[in-house]
Amino acid sequence: MSKKTLFDKVWDSHVVSTIENGPQVLYIDKHLIHEVTSPQAFNELEERGIPIFRPDQIVATADHNTPTLNQDQPVKDALSRQQLKQLSINCKKNNITLYELGHKYNGIVHVMAPELGITQPGITMVCGDSHTSTHGAFGAIAFGIGTSQVAQVFASQCLLLTKPKSLRVTVNGKLKNGVLPKDVILYIISKLGTNSGTGYFCEYAGNVFEEMSMEGRMTVCNMSIEMGARGGMIAPDETTFKYIKGRKFAPKGEEFEKKVAYWKSLPTDEGAVFDKEYHFDASDIEPMITYGTNPGMGIKISENIPVEENASFKKSLAYMNFEAGESLINKPINYVFIGSCTNSRIEDFRAAANYIKGKKKAQNVTAWLVPGSKQVEVQIIEEGLKDIFDNAGFQLRQPGCSACLAMNDDKIPQGEYCVSTSNRNFEGRQGQGSRTILASPLVAAATAVEGKIIDITKHLN
Amino acid sequence: MEKFTTLKSTAIPLNIENVDTDQIIPARFLKATDKKGFGDNVFRDWRFNKDGSINSDFVLNKSEYSGSILVAGNNFGCGSSREHAAWAIVGYGFKVVVSSFFADIFKGNALNNGLLPVQVSEEFLSDLLQKIESNPKTVIEVNLQNQTISIQDSDLSEHFEIDAYKKTCMLNGYDDIDYLVNNKKQIEAFEAQKTY
Ligand code: SF4
Repeated sequence: MSKKTLFDKVWDSHVVSTIENGPQVLYIDKHLIHEVTSPQAFNELEERGIPIFRPDQIVATADHNTPTLNQDQPVKDALSRQQLKQLSINCKKNNITLYELGHKYNGIVHVMAPELGITQPGITMVCGDSHTSTHGAFGAIAFGIGTSQVAQVFASQCLLLTKPKSLRVTVNGKLKNGVLPKDVILYIISKLGTNSGTGYFCEYAGNVFEEMSMEGRMTVCNMSIEMGARGGMIAPDETTFKYIKGRKFAPKGEEFEKKVAYWKSLPTDEGAVFDKEYHFDASDIEPMITYGTNPGMGIKISENIPVEENASFKKSLAYMNFEAGESLINKPINYVFIGSCTNSRIEDFRAAANYIKGKKKAQNVTAWLVPGSKQVEVQIIEEGLKDIFDNAGFQLRQPGCSACLAMNDDKIPQGEYCVSTSNRNFEGRQGQGSRTILASPLVAAATAVEGKIIDITKHLN
Repeated sequence: MEKFTTLKSTAIPLNIENVDTDQIIPARFLKATDKKGFGDNVFRDWRFNKDGSINSDFVLNKSEYSGSILVAGNNFGCGSSREHAAWAIVGYGFKVVVSSFFADIFKGNALNNGLLPVQVSEEFLSDLLQKIESNPKTVIEVNLQNQTISIQDSDLSEHFEIDAYKKTCMLNGYDDIDYLVNNKKQIEAFEAQKTY
């Protein structure tokens, strides 16, 4: 029998048919939707008179366009309100489960689905959102799709796709103190660049990922898209099974045991061949930050910005108002955002709280903490983290995508820097003219306390 | 979807690498619930200055350039899955985007909206940009049947790749939904016997 990768096993078991000289029809188990990329797909089906094929395999949430304050009140912005209302109408009409604003399960789509046990190993999962790659942390094939594809899944629970190539990134060794999963993925992207993964599905392997929590694995897989890969995956193991067990939509009792037995068969066979492989040594990774306008432009916090001659590099630095060759240490920062589907899970807030405890945020800093879901928000309060944040002057807001893409009111002002735990530092991503510096929750917390970027490695040792 | 066979047009040179979807259509314009009107806001923050006036330095605002072909730098369309990016480019009037590399999701979105992504070599791209920049009247011809892109009145021409299935769809104006809906029986049979 030929040796197969985790990706091959899941993909091959979902192929309905293959078109000669063309794509395959891939069956999709779970479809997540939100308010921004679904309305046009609902319209399309309605116009063509096609019913939704499997409404019970779709789960909806409101996250991108929602306010993070006063969620119990009507949404002020008329267009946003209309978009949210449209989602409610569409879900109701089509019998789709919706966790709308204020619901106890509401949250960012990539935080709420794993939390509810919807995300499971061996399944295929899509959403009209590129960070659907997050769910690959469970050993699922999960990827973002466009709205035309949302309509295709609505109509048939399938997609027409060409099988991507396979890529494996292996990181072995011991991570240094203060190096979080976010640093691991920022490091990988800084080494490989933003399009090294295009056309590939990426598997992360090695003891670093084996020892990581599910939250950490999700942070890593989340940013697979930032190196161009459609998705990332990590082999399911005891950590995965333990995380899933007992969650709302997880299989129960004997059914769970049966599933676990199957899930155990999924990891990549020894000797299976990947189209591309990269290896890194964990001890070379340090806390990271980005200095430019794509996520590949990252450095160790203690390093200087490189010097490059090309026009895109210069344009990027001009936008950021940084000089080639300079260090970012001591740069004053007025905004800090801890949130987004990359880093808004309980573990991220624990890491931040752990550093902040007993300290105060710097006067010049506006520090927003935005939990990924209602459940995370509740956990933050129950674990006493909120008191730590309140005492330090940080503002705990209500769940949503928030300043990650600044579709709501949470915008970073023109020209300001924001040290952010999100995943994209594109021009204007966090508000027109805003300048984003990506970092881990620990680096973000330290920046908020100091009011400037510090070399966190020195503080930890 | 509209059919696409051949196109002869002048082109607009967007000589920038890594053009991401947030530049193509910033998030604040994603609140609409239909596909219309996104063309008005394509490259919004490059086309307009902060005070709302027109940025005359940006290539889309330069009167010498026009046409329904957009020629852009490497790694075009990276970032989010928002199909609004493809709608915005189509809405503005482009029918073809040329680059030396496209992000996966953008490429798929473009093809699903009758916008042809033409991937060319780095060398051809730089020749193309240079030709257009030195003579904005340069006419480019894209022939989908033959999978060629050529610069008129020159011997510069290149073959480009496209998935055979997608090519048929573009040439005939079909889309994936038609195909999938016609295969429901097979999908139901798959559901009944799936092994995982
Ligand atoms: S948090 Fe940011 S990256 Fe994640 S789904 Fe929301 S907008 Fe997208």
